[in-house]
Amino acid sequence: MALPTYASPLEKAWYYTYHVICALIFLFLIAPILIVMPLSFNAEPYFTFSDKMLAFDPEGYSMRWYDSLLTFGMIAPDAVRDGSWWADAWHNAKWVQAAKNSVIIGFFSTLLATILGTLAALGLSRPEMPFRRAIMAVLISPMIVPIIITATGLFFFYSKTGLANSYPGIILAHATLGIPFVIITVTATLIGFDHSLSRAAASLGANPRTTFFKVIMPLILPGVVSGALFAFVTSFDEVVVVLFVADHSQQTIPRQMWNGIREQISPAILAVATILVIISIALLTTVELLRRRSERLRGVTPH
Amino acid sequence: MTDVSASILTTADGKPLKAALAASQARARRKAFMLVAPLFLFVVITFVIPIGQMLFQSVYNDTFSATAPALRQWFDENPPGTEPDEAAYAALVSDLRLMREERSAGAAGTRINYDISGTRSMFTGMARKADKLEPPYKEAVLAEDKKWDNPDVWRAMRSASSPFTIDFYLAALDMTRDETGSIVGVKEGQAVYKMLFGRTLFLSALITVMCMALAFPIAHMLATLPMAKSNLLMILVLLPFWTSLLVRTTSWMVLLQSQGVVNDFLVWAGIVGDDGRIQMMYNQIGTVVAMTHILLPFMVLPLYSVMRTIPPSYVRAARSLGATSWTAFRRIYLPQTLPGIGAGALLVFILAVGYYITPALVGGADGQLISNLIAFHMQKSLNWSLAAALAALLLGGILILYWLYDRLVGIDNMKLG
Repeated sequence: MALPTYASPLEKAWYYTYHVICALIFLFLIAPILIVMPLSFNAEPYFTFSDKMLAFDPEGYSMRWYDSLLTFGMIAPDAVRDGSWWADAWHNAKWVQAAKNSVIIGFFSTLLATILGTLAALGLSRPEMPFRRAIMAVLISPMIVPIIITATGLFFFYSKTGLANSYPGIILAHATLGIPFVIITVTATLIGFDHSLSRAAASLGANPRTTFFKVIMPLILPGVVSGALFAFVTSFDEVVVVLFVADHSQQTIPRQMWNGIREQISPAILAVATILVIISIALLTTVELLRRRSERLRGVTPH
Repeated sequence: MTDVSASILTTADGKPLKAALAASQARARRKAFMLVAPLFLFVVITFVIPIGQMLFQSVYNDTFSATAPALRQWFDENPPGTEPDEAAYAALVSDLRLMREERSAGAAGTRINYDISGTRSMFTGMARKADKLEPPYKEAVLAEDKKWDNPDVWRAMRSASSPFTIDFYLAALDMTRDETGSIVGVKEGQAVYKMLFGRTLFLSALITVMCMALAFPIAHMLATLPMAKSNLLMILVLLPFWTSLLVRTTSWMVLLQSQGVVNDFLVWAGIVGDDGRIQMMYNQIGTVVAMTHILLPFMVLPLYSVMRTIPPSYVRAARSLGATSWTAFRRIYLPQTLPGIGAGALLVFILAVGYYITPALVGGADGQLISNLIAFHMQKSLNWSLAAALAALLLGGILILYWLYDRLVGIDNMKLG
């Protein structure tokens, strides 16, 4: 994309304008995510940079909002920070409870979505699969149907079946929402999959189970893991279904954030947001590394 | 000529090859299907059935009809428009007694209240007195509450006395029934839903166009840069994609509020005065800006994967044949990116039409979309059947777009990251 030497002045001007425009769009994409990080260290309960922060005065910064994440909901937040204080935080702090719920729900819904989704992707990628297109359309639809419609449907369904206000109810719902991501990533990995490998394994005497675990699984693993991460993020970020079918004992991090934003918005929300951004950076890095590994394994090189 | 039967090819164990092949293919089909079956069943139970149940709820509501058997019978025996006589009031009183017994007067009244507001208390109040009423019932009821004379109430009860109804769809399309039972539009000023559907479509289209305008240059840049550099820049697209929706919405609240970063910057730069801070949140600007940011990666990724495959030599060839750079772009490059533009635009539009969280948090009163109204009827007004009818209309639109997406792009071509 370098500028050729014979470019006219107009083309030169456009070349630089184009780069500035692109830079501005990238800024638009990334700035809102990065802006919460410094603001979460604000010493004042405001959402903008105070004068002290702009002057890089250490007094303008503090960890008080991170601290409030731990102390919010505790029985004795002002006690001495010994073992019993930490035990109190672990059992009573609202954000800690929410994090625990999020992890439990996320883990089990991811497990369910990944196992069922990977099996289905293996079936869907076989050329013999009957009604492939129609079935695929049904399985991907949880991603397309607006979440409010899914939540409304689940509300009616769960209130009749007694799954409302229970962990299994939310786990099932979140697994359904994560399934499209698992299917999409695993089928993408299977596109380049050489089916003669499994035939070769069978001809060498491996039974279907051995073939699956020793030959197929290692090759599709990167796709499975990134699908699982997508499913986990979907569950970890989901608030509408939780609002509709869960009660206060299944408070998750997004639900707690939702309450915080709607009721008394404080920079504590920004502290949570910063932690979540750091988690998503970690997840993104993992997925990128997996994608490259998968490309190497399958011998597909990016061109 | 050899014997025909001998010429049929057979497998080693003597079966005809054709049959053996068919059996083996059937086995392979069965195997593939068995792999998909558990998930398919799972999705049907946890997704398709609940939504089906919701659709049923939009045409079926028995909260009134279940506790009004006598009225139902009277309505069946008398054609619409009949003046309610003594028999009608006797039926009403008998049903009100039943409601009092089952404590369902509130629920039944709520059902009538959907059609005519302020009628819920008529039911709860009259049910309390129902046991004391003496015949003739017409005079007795009217002596207690003159409002029972209202023909609109009787018409509403007639339509609610059958559990199956399309009234909620009529309400969702701003229509109602007049005195004779024919369908007419609601009065000017009461029509909200059509306007909201219109606004949802308009804002979604606007967001789609903005995403297109913003995604095109950066997708082009990512596609033309060498892989190492473009992978680095791609992180700037993928990180927002991986970041929690609530986090991104919160960031926009921080940026856009009147004491927020953007306004502070504008005041500092002297573009606006301290008293002239721009209201950018709790209105349509907030919804459009935040949703454009959130949906932008869904536009960039399909565009990028299409632009990657366009050989740069085509544009170079056009230039060498004398085309200006603008002509080369318009006639050669742009047409080749159309599949990507189509895929991205459809996806963004589908996702935008059903958006709930972001408009709810930054949209204020006039930045609300149809999803927010469904949530309102589910949680606040508790008119679940109307919520279901609105959801069904939205779902119908989405499914048409989804079908279109499948036809044009193919669901299996959807890529993430």
